[in-house]
Amino acid sequence: MSQVPLSHILFVSTALFFIGMYGLFTRRNMITMLMSVELILNSVNINFVAFNKYLYPDKLEGVFFTLFIVAIAAAEAAVAIAIIINLYRNLRSIDVEAADEMKF
Amino acid sequence: MMSASAVVFYILSFFILVTGVLAVTSRKIFRSAIWLLFSLTGIAGLYFWLQMEFIAAVQIVVYVGGIVVLIIFSIFLTQQSGKDLPAPVRSRAIFSVLAVCAGFLFTCMLVGQYTFGAAGRPAAPGNVAGGVSVGNAVGDIRVGNGTGDMSVGNIGRQLLSTSEHGYVLPFEVISILLLAAMVGCIVIAMKQTPENK
Repeated sequence: MSQVPLSHILFVSTALFFIGMYGLFTRRNMITMLMSVELILNSVNINFVAFNKYLYPDKLEGVFFTLFIVAIAAAEAAVAIAIIINLYRNLRSIDVEAADEMKF
Repeated sequence: MMSASAVVFYILSFFILVTGVLAVTSRKIFRSAIWLLFSLTGIAGLYFWLQMEFIAAVQIVVYVGGIVVLIIFSIFLTQQSGKDLPAPVRSRAIFSVLAVCAGFLFTCMLVGQYTFGAAGRPAAPGNVAGGVSVGNAVGDIRVGNGTGDMSVGNIGRQLLSTSEHGYVLPFEVISILLLAAMVGCIVIAMKQTPENK
């Protein structure tokens, strides 16, 4: 592990973050947009764990932040999927362009 | 000359990035979910490589076992089978690639310029003994609070501790949040009863 500098792990997580951003930009389907959000949250988790391991190896703060982010991501995915299923019942589509009832 | 551990890291990160790209570009939504599954498993492997076994286990249990399964179920509930996703509009795709590349290069430039405490390398195992930082790692490390190793026992003890470095309050807040999310999911996804119509 000591062979790899911290910045290389940060490059990987940055690349993963922007892959998720690309997905958010180009996808119009709500489930695939949710997948992109999961990739972004995972890149943040990699950052927390790497910082904890490399810079503060005698602390556990990064572990706790990662655990809380995972818990919040699970709650967020569950609520998002409930909303998506409800939208599908009403609109027969989960395209973000179809959900324009509240558009002014 | 790269050591075996460095080679493992680069293979893992290549795997994560390639499967991530496939997950956001695949035209079939089910394949996209499976590529996401591989990417998340690769990230769990990265946690194993960082010797964070507990986080890797949580990643596999919650993401691979929970969220991806949930996503696959919702795909089955909402998609017509065998229908491809529409390709993104060409101008939007080009703009997205440009914006993403610019952001990536900018962030990498900033990360590359920054010098982390001890050149961004982990402290040698001898330097950290039982939570007392002796070494040269980072100037302002507070001398430890008895959390030297990352064993599950230590994580649990500090997570539920009410003393100075304990995390019991965020833990309780998260548990309330999970309860609220569970109730909210049931209410949102519930079928409308006939008398409401």
